[in-house]
Amino acid sequence: MAEIKTLTDAVAELVHDGDSVALEGFTHLIPFAAGHEIIRQRKKNLTLIRMTPDLIYDRMIGAGCASKLVFSWGGNPGVGSLHRMRDALSHSWPVPLEIEEHSHAGMANRYVAGASGLPFGVLRGYAGTDLPAHTTTISTVTCPFTGEQLAAVAALNPDVSIVHAQRADRAGNVQLWGITGVQKEAVLAAKRSLVTVEEIVDSLDPVPGAVLLPSWVVDAVAVAPGGAKPSYAHGYYERDNAAYRAWDAVSRDRETFSAWLEELVAP
Amino acid sequence: MSELASESSVRTEAATEQAVAPVAGGEAVLEYTADEMMSVAAARALRDGAVCFVGIGLPSTAANLARRLHAPNLVLIYESGTLDTRPEELPLSIGDGILADSALTVVSVPEVFNYWLQPGRIDVGFLSGAQLDSYGNINTTVIGDYDEPSVRLPGSGGAPEIAASCGEVMIVMRHRLRAFVEGVDFITSVGHGSGPDDRRRLGLTGAGPLRVITDLGVLEPDPRTRELTLTGLHPGVTVEQVRAETGWPLTLSSEPLVSTPPPTSRELEVLRSLHTVGQ
Repeated sequence: MAEIKTLTDAVAELVHDGDSVALEGFTHLIPFAAGHEIIRQRKKNLTLIRMTPDLIYDRMIGAGCASKLVFSWGGNPGVGSLHRMRDALSHSWPVPLEIEEHSHAGMANRYVAGASGLPFGVLRGYAGTDLPAHTTTISTVTCPFTGEQLAAVAALNPDVSIVHAQRADRAGNVQLWGITGVQKEAVLAAKRSLVTVEEIVDSLDPVPGAVLLPSWVVDAVAVAPGGAKPSYAHGYYERDNAAYRAWDAVSRDRETFSAWLEELVAP
Repeated sequence: MSELASESSVRTEAATEQAVAPVAGGEAVLEYTADEMMSVAAARALRDGAVCFVGIGLPSTAANLARRLHAPNLVLIYESGTLDTRPEELPLSIGDGILADSALTVVSVPEVFNYWLQPGRIDVGFLSGAQLDSYGNINTTVIGDYDEPSVRLPGSGGAPEIAASCGEVMIVMRHRLRAFVEGVDFITSVGHGSGPDDRRRLGLTGAGPLRVITDLGVLEPDPRTRELTLTGLHPGVTVEQVRAETGWPLTLSSEPLVSTPPPTSRELEVLRSLHTVGQ
């Protein structure tokens, strides 16, 4: 059963140095508050897993939380590059960063396999591309029925998955809607999970297309209003596109980034 | 470099970089940029009723333009899982709220790739890239060596499987020498591989890139060799200009070159009315 905790306590208890950690949310409901808390608690040596690293991982990488990144698209959507990620890859600043690179379809199927309790996922993918030569978690498998060769990807089972949702009830059942991405799979694939929510309500009224995560597959729920900003929470607030653009200048330079970081971690 | 990084990071703002000489269009003399010509040409290439998987940036602009002009029944699908979305403004990212709000339905990311893209339920995949080679292979991963790249680009996103499984692929990219290269540094998404039969051999179910629309003209694969050849020119552009911006010995189609009709006032009016959310 999910326990309702403060974000500080939940991160302290569930995220340990050296863990593999997935913060998911496909453009929508990105768990920024949780990522910032991980930075504040100065977690180190994490393997960060996420389809679209986005600003949140740019920040965590720049803060030195990560030693490895598992991903499929690492940019600032519609704006440009993730400068902290690039600095870590090219200049090992502030610490060296190893990468494990996939396509979206590959990552999605890795989570599906992890959530399904299977060792690998199968898809038509990667054929003819240069990725399999660089990524050991991509291989092939022969269909036992047709003989067709297909791509196989290793399951993802993060030590901890963290997602943000619109709301939970007092028992810790979680409800999210809008673009729901790969969050259900990420939580079900993980050994431990934390969900931050906009609010806790007495009862979860049905919403069309909503994903429901039962309390018994979640370890902790933490209330974090605005916890997805500058991404968005459908029905609560919109994506702050100006903040995404503004990040480009902040992150481009180590000094401006360091000043930003100092402000974030200031007590 | 970053603005060319991938289909998901190409800038969407109305381009002003290359003003084209005024062209007589009916009664009025219309001025437009090379980028506007590219978007209009790409939009015209989308047939009404097609199901289209759209990347952000130039593809998204062209697809949304087509939907407001000749293709009101164009079905737009973004990789965030928004099916048949009809945004009033252009999204900045592939998962903006406006896409979910205006969608027929929203499905999960595993579902959009496994149930919708993989089995061939999408007619046209609309891509861009940082590098394109003579066989339509796309690089959005690295410039230079993978382990020591001179430029680290965003990576694959949905593009490899879009290029593999859509009925056909349409590429829209600014025509520059640094981008139109003899061989890409990294094959992120397969076009026609290294020639005829490669797609079949690799088990890729779609037909691959059948059209590359640039700000200078149109390239299409030769039916026999699958190498991209020049089949069309935009107004005021010469073959020499295109060759100067192409990194392989570009051949001309055996058919006469098609001259792209200049944008109409209606096309320009609608294109210029498209604004990105939050701008």
